[in-house]
Amino acid sequence: MVGESGCGKSATALSLMRLIPDPPGQIAGGSVEFGGRDLLKLSAREMRSIRGGELSMVFQDPMTSLNPMLRIRRQMTEAVQLHLGLSKSAALEHSINMLRLVGIPAAERRIHDYPHQLSGGMRQRVVIAIALSCHPKLVLADEPTTALDVTIQAQILELMRTTMREQNTAVLLITHDLGVVAGMCDRIIVMYAGTIVEEASRRDIFYNPRHPYTIGLLRSVPRLDRVRSNRLPQIEGLPPDLARLPKGCPFQARCPYVTEICRVDRPTLRSVGDRHAIACHNNVTREDAA
Amino acid sequence: MTSAPEALLSVRDLRTYFPTSRKGLFGPRGSVKAVDGLTFDVYRGETLGLVGESGCGKSTTGRAVIRLVRPTGGEVIYNGRDLTQLSDGEMRRLRQKLQIIFQDAYASLSSRMRVGAIIGDALAIHNLASGRARAARVGELLHIVGLDPSFASRYPHEFSGGQRQRIGIARALAVNPDFIVCDEPISALDVSIRAQIINLLEDLQRELKLTYLFIAHDLAVVRHICDRVAVMYLGKFMELSANQALYAEPLHPYTQSLISAVPVPDPDLEDSRQRIILSGDVPSPVNPPSGCVFHTRCPIARDQCKQEIPAWREVKPGHWVACHFAGESIARA
Repeated sequence: MVGESGCGKSATALSLMRLIPDPPGQIAGGSVEFGGRDLLKLSAREMRSIRGGELSMVFQDPMTSLNPMLRIRRQMTEAVQLHLGLSKSAALEHSINMLRLVGIPAAERRIHDYPHQLSGGMRQRVVIAIALSCHPKLVLADEPTTALDVTIQAQILELMRTTMREQNTAVLLITHDLGVVAGMCDRIIVMYAGTIVEEASRRDIFYNPRHPYTIGLLRSVPRLDRVRSNRLPQIEGLPPDLARLPKGCPFQARCPYVTEICRVDRPTLRSVGDRHAIACHNNVTREDAA
Repeated sequence: MTSAPEALLSVRDLRTYFPTSRKGLFGPRGSVKAVDGLTFDVYRGETLGLVGESGCGKSTTGRAVIRLVRPTGGEVIYNGRDLTQLSDGEMRRLRQKLQIIFQDAYASLSSRMRVGAIIGDALAIHNLASGRARAARVGELLHIVGLDPSFASRYPHEFSGGQRQRIGIARALAVNPDFIVCDEPISALDVSIRAQIINLLEDLQRELKLTYLFIAHDLAVVRHICDRVAVMYLGKFMELSANQALYAEPLHPYTQSLISAVPVPDPDLEDSRQRIILSGDVPSPVNPPSGCVFHTRCPIARDQCKQEIPAWREVKPGHWVACHFAGESIARA
């Protein structure tokens, strides 16, 4: 799931986990079907048994998602004992194995450390180990590498690629980095101003984008694999204020293909190909932009 | 660029150390070598990129060059004068020509001042304009960076991140500088806003004949905007070369691994490229490794690298590197 800050990516993940602070927030409607149940209809207690178990989450900043006052051991075994029903010693052994899986050297010693004793990359490995420790069906990863340096990001992405596959875990990867999704994802959702504007396979998003926002975004990004060009094709203007969305399409003010209908009617998702949908009234392709 | 580039700034053996706290009451005071012996020129009218991971000393370098932090040693020659030797008063006057744009446009603009005052103060301090002329100049500057001149009466919190960065740019431009240190100017901005600010910086450079030291961790942005690029690791330069040569044929193992680590927004390329993943973390600059500082993570490190500090040498015209085995590929090493 890609989009800019404030487009609702993180709010989506928090809503799925039912972690939206309420008040002031509120899940206003809809449903979240997961394993045959609607998560939005579960009791708080039932939700707790799913959270951290079948459905877990990796946040951007490992320093805030780990408790600085508790050793790694305590933070890992707690969830494992609760969700997998393991004994204390079995939980410790399982946790050490999880740390080994995510590539923490001398895991049997490191598990007794406090979070501040680890580097940023190691901390994020611990967070991933915790997220995977109860064999989740789905991991929500919200900008898991954004706070990390590029060589450490490469380590963590490689780790996620291999461990998620080994564990047969589905991942909802939230990021603003188009390069990261290009290498990591099977399908991609592009969000803008709180809504999905395009949804397609990875190849379709990058080679056959159909929403003017996706097209503009891909054109505006400087590329490592391209020789310096004269000028980046930029998207004009600013994202709209979510509290004062215009009537019609939320992208209208910045869209080069805006028509009359865009100003009055809000487009809904419609199919434009095999598992490829856009929320746009017009039929624009990348060739139109070039 | 002209055939014989003229150095606007010549930096020689620049060092900036920060003292660390004593070990015990009477113990020795150590130091962090944030910038440790950099030698390079910045040519008039170019954009020199400075890339590296967090904590490598790139921001400290940018600040030391314009003496926002005082270098521990070395020279910074600008117009025949060594900036490190100037008095504070002389430096203040000269700072008119040497400006900086910061990453965090929230923190670098005073929240209690109106935009007009933020930009106008620089004009007042350097006695460049007063009264109505100052107001007119502020309006003109806002227009140059793509903002409405009426914004002068507003406060920074009324603007988005991208607009605030434009205000920061207008403030730097107010005093007609020659040289601007751009310290991660787009890292905090949204993807769709980044291209706008990159284009603005490029337009301004062309129109006002500016020279940039462009500090960034994003190698793709640096590739787009810079004429030459320096790669930094633990306070030292690893490699410095023309943009095209650095990306086409990186000679230092660290540069090779950095380029390989950047995800590219192209699925086929992502699937087919060989990733070189460095093991381990960046060592602490308080206690840097012996010999070549990169040897603890280098896939081709040998005994020599642990003992001897590699010399900073020009292996091809304009292509500098600090590695005993420069040019050796680390792919499948």
